[in-house]
Amino acid sequence: MLLIPCPYCGPRSELEFKHAGEAHITREPQVADDQAWGEFLYTRTNPKGIIAERWRHTSGCGRFFNCLRDTVSDNILATYKSGEPRPSLETSGEPSR
Amino acid sequence: MSGALRLPRGGRIDRNQPVRFTFDGRGYDGFVGDTLASALLSHGVHLLGRSFKYHRPRGILAAGAEEPNALVTVDRGGGRWTPNLRATQVELYEGLVAKSQNRWPSLAFDVGAVNSLVSPMLGAGFYYKTFMGPRFVKGAKLWADLFEPAIRRAAGLGEASRDPDPDHYATRFAHCEVLVVGSGPAGLAAATSAAQSGARVILCDENPVFGGSLADDNHAVIDGMAADAWAAATIEALAARPNVTLLPRTQAFGYYNHNLIGLNQRLTDHLAQPDHRAPRERLWQVRAKHVVLATGAIERPLVFPDNDRPGIMLASAGRTFLNRFGVKPGTRVVVATAHDSAYRAALDLAAAGVQIVRIVDLRESSEGALSVAAERAGLPIMRGATIVGTSGTTRVRGVRIGRVSGRHVTDLESLACDLVLMCGGWTPSVHLFSQSRGKLAYDEGSNSFLPGTPAQDQVSIGACAGTFGLAQILRDGHRAGHAVIKMAVEDRDFAVVGDDESTGAGFIGATPHDRDPTQVKAFVDFQNDVTAKDIALATREGFRSIEHIKRYTTTGMATDQGKTSNMNALGIASAELGRSVPSIGLTTFRQPYTPVTFGSFAGLSRDALFDPVRETAIHGWAAAHGARFEDVGLWKRAWFFSRAGEDMHAAVNRECQITRERAGLFDASTLGKIEVVGPDAAEFLNRLYTNSWTKLGVGKCRYGLMLNEAGFIMDDGVVGRIATDRFHVTTTTGGAPRVMAHMEDYLQTEFPDLKVWLTSTTEQWAVIAVQGPRAREMLAPLVDGLDISAETMPHMSLQVGTFQGVPMRLFRVSFTGELGFEVNVPADYGRAAWEALWAEGRKFDAVAYGTEAMHVMRAEKGYIIVGQDTDGTVTPDDAGMAWAVGKTKPDFVGKRSLGRPDLVAPNRKQIVGLMTDDPRTVLEEGAQIVGDPTPARGTHALGHVTSSYFSAVLGRSIAMAVVEGGRGRMGETLYIPMPSGSISAKIVKPVFYDLEGVRLNG
Ligand SMILES: [Zn+2]
Repeated sequence: MLLIPCPYCGPRSELEFKHAGEAHITREPQVADDQAWGEFLYTRTNPKGIIAERWRHTSGCGRFFNCLRDTVSDNILATYKSGEPRPSLETSGEPSR
Repeated sequence: MSGALRLPRGGRIDRNQPVRFTFDGRGYDGFVGDTLASALLSHGVHLLGRSFKYHRPRGILAAGAEEPNALVTVDRGGGRWTPNLRATQVELYEGLVAKSQNRWPSLAFDVGAVNSLVSPMLGAGFYYKTFMGPRFVKGAKLWADLFEPAIRRAAGLGEASRDPDPDHYATRFAHCEVLVVGSGPAGLAAATSAAQSGARVILCDENPVFGGSLADDNHAVIDGMAADAWAAATIEALAARPNVTLLPRTQAFGYYNHNLIGLNQRLTDHLAQPDHRAPRERLWQVRAKHVVLATGAIERPLVFPDNDRPGIMLASAGRTFLNRFGVKPGTRVVVATAHDSAYRAALDLAAAGVQIVRIVDLRESSEGALSVAAERAGLPIMRGATIVGTSGTTRVRGVRIGRVSGRHVTDLESLACDLVLMCGGWTPSVHLFSQSRGKLAYDEGSNSFLPGTPAQDQVSIGACAGTFGLAQILRDGHRAGHAVIKMAVEDRDFAVVGDDESTGAGFIGATPHDRDPTQVKAFVDFQNDVTAKDIALATREGFRSIEHIKRYTTTGMATDQGKTSNMNALGIASAELGRSVPSIGLTTFRQPYTPVTFGSFAGLSRDALFDPVRETAIHGWAAAHGARFEDVGLWKRAWFFSRAGEDMHAAVNRECQITRERAGLFDASTLGKIEVVGPDAAEFLNRLYTNSWTKLGVGKCRYGLMLNEAGFIMDDGVVGRIATDRFHVTTTTGGAPRVMAHMEDYLQTEFPDLKVWLTSTTEQWAVIAVQGPRAREMLAPLVDGLDISAETMPHMSLQVGTFQGVPMRLFRVSFTGELGFEVNVPADYGRAAWEALWAEGRKFDAVAYGTEAMHVMRAEKGYIIVGQDTDGTVTPDDAGMAWAVGKTKPDFVGKRSLGRPDLVAPNRKQIVGLMTDDPRTVLEEGAQIVGDPTPARGTHALGHVTSSYFSAVLGRSIAMAVVEGGRGRMGETLYIPMPSGSISAKIVKPVFYDLEGVRLNG
């Protein structure tokens, strides 16, 4: 069970959260052609390594936020508010696999 | 009286507290402090079980959690029946009733032992070939019906109780700076130095008394105290600290993400008369900042032929029974070893008067202090020698030994004995480290895998890290205890005298012998009955990785997870394949370390507490008026109201007919309700629903259709505009949380520019639907003069007012097709409002109706139920609701997808009505629809029935369905194939009653 640092509430047990899929999937209904829209709907990166994903603190503040997690170790490298850019991890020295 | 093999003094048992117990119906006695295993051994009882596959007689191999053989069932009566307990961990109490397992009719004479005679059939890959193979050949059915159940019956562990578990179980979450797992010397030193900083420390150990290996050590002296006394003093000091929690009888069974450790604490199983109001076990979920693993090491058996007879045990176990429990495990012992530590067991046993028949050391030489001491003590030692066979059936009677010469064994000799102690060396217990995803590193020098780089904030110390000298272990423990919390405490040296410091690589694999390798059984995995020959066979059949060898032979796959067998299996595979151990790999260790009861995991989540039950404000009234309830999500909803002598069919017919003739009351409180408020509320709904909301006037309602981003219907409901900036949104009963989360998601992440607040109000409002031609007359006297005439309050309008003085939101809506209202009052007044309406209703002879009548009446009107008539692949057009889609809106969730090629393709499944040719036939919901009255197997289904009822008002059955190109098939006859033959039905529009909608606007 993960210990997830909610950007609003601090570290809380995974029990309080709900996973909400990959982050930074841009919704552009006006410009996307059928192919691009299909990928928006159904294609995800599913990396072995660091993924940016969305969580919602359902049993806490109720906010959606983003999280960088290493899918190999399950270590959480950063959490940040929705709308903020994906943080750079260069300083942490974590290789992106 | 006490067992004949009990020593007059020594050990942690209390000789002043004798206890009586039974094993397989026979009475024995022991002392408080005994385990079932030690008490039976004091009476010379070694035969405790039959093996899993071959039903071979088995005894006690170990003295702790790693015991693979001695599994027993403890029966406390009244459904308190626990199978598969390790006798080495069952604490003795007065009146204990224990039984052996996997034998019939008795332990000493077991019919299943014939399996041994057919053992050539049962070798490696037997399960694999049996359960996987025959599916692809003829006779598979015979296997599935006849052989497989028989084999499964014959190969087994204890039986589970068939009664519900009468005990209850507690759950606790805890946080600490330092969790120390294991209370041996390393764990005690670490806990002490961590506690000195003031940090919160939890120390847990699977045993009832702390101290680990110190309890077995009657030689070492620490800081001037005997080892056991030093342990007791250290524990006393720890217990006195307010920042330390000591958890004995507590198994750390699982190491999970982010330093979450699962602990199983046994609270009452050791008590003779437990208070049944107290929990039996407690599941701890400990989130620790730092974890210190001090889990020790497990001794390895030697893999020689017939190494599984009762009376053959690990050398350390023999020493534990002697020193910790004061029991001589035998009188004439042969010690077989590949490591110095077994000499300590031999010396201790000799000192207690046990005859050491021979020490058979696999090694050519050994200069360790212990072997020197044994030599000085005059114990008969034979080096470069091994056991090649044993005799005895229910107890070992002798061994055959010989000198190892290359791959041969010469100078064979027979020795009589009643106990064999064996020691292949020590395997560090890296289970928890491995579960924490730390990488293991193979250490050639010690034939073992040791903890490498930890993946979490954690450190391994002591024997589990491959450290065996007591002084070093204590020093490491002290340092680890403060280092993990980055506290500056100086290293400390403990004054240790008399430590054996026995080290050495030991031996892994199968020992050499001179016998026919296809005939002998040298056991590697005792619990799953896997032999050296099985593993050799697997390598000959082409398996190279231990992960595959494990699954093919089942080695290491029993409930003990190969605690005593994994390294020997690797050693055999390594020798057979001529490859190094690390290149063959190590199997993954998984939770739980030892089996944990289901009760512990379930905790309080059982029976009424398994899931919360949601009841409406009107529930009590419904229950008192004959309602039968159905579960809808977590809600209890009144299904139908049965009068005396009425079955469900009659009740539903009456409820429908009277509602349509006069009036009916329906509890709609479970509808999801969301208050959408803010200056951008209308724009927000524009983007979340297909409909257009901008022009909806205050005091008006509209049916709203919600799509997911893929363009499929996900929910629907009536939305009322209370004020320019305030909407009362309703959702389906089951969809409320999903819709709320969906709205929050878009509001927070896609449309954060909108000023909108969302509040779930489902439980704030009780909702009473008043439906039928007399609805207005029923309602009018109760709404405090509010004008609810057809002119002022037409269909799809709302008014805010009071209901007998209580705040009310009144909607003119209908899910029946009749004149209808929905009265919303604060939930606390729901029952009173219902009873007031019911009193009015009596004047018109109105009914209360339940969800079944509601379903029938809505189907008569062709109103869909999302999730019943739709399944997540239905678009608004498929549902015949293109009219609900605001085509001029620039965007709404799902709009872009409605233009995708597949969603506009011809021949999509569309919702239609179905009328069976025989009006009495009610179709089965979910039944497939085809075009051919006698369809061949594999015929393409055109669709399926989604809703089907008998309509009392129409005097016939009706149904709704999804059918390919359905709206273009009006009047066409299709077929619903059933086991009794095809049912023919005509496709019609999905409206069966009041096609013009006159009644609705009454
Ligand atoms: Zn939060």
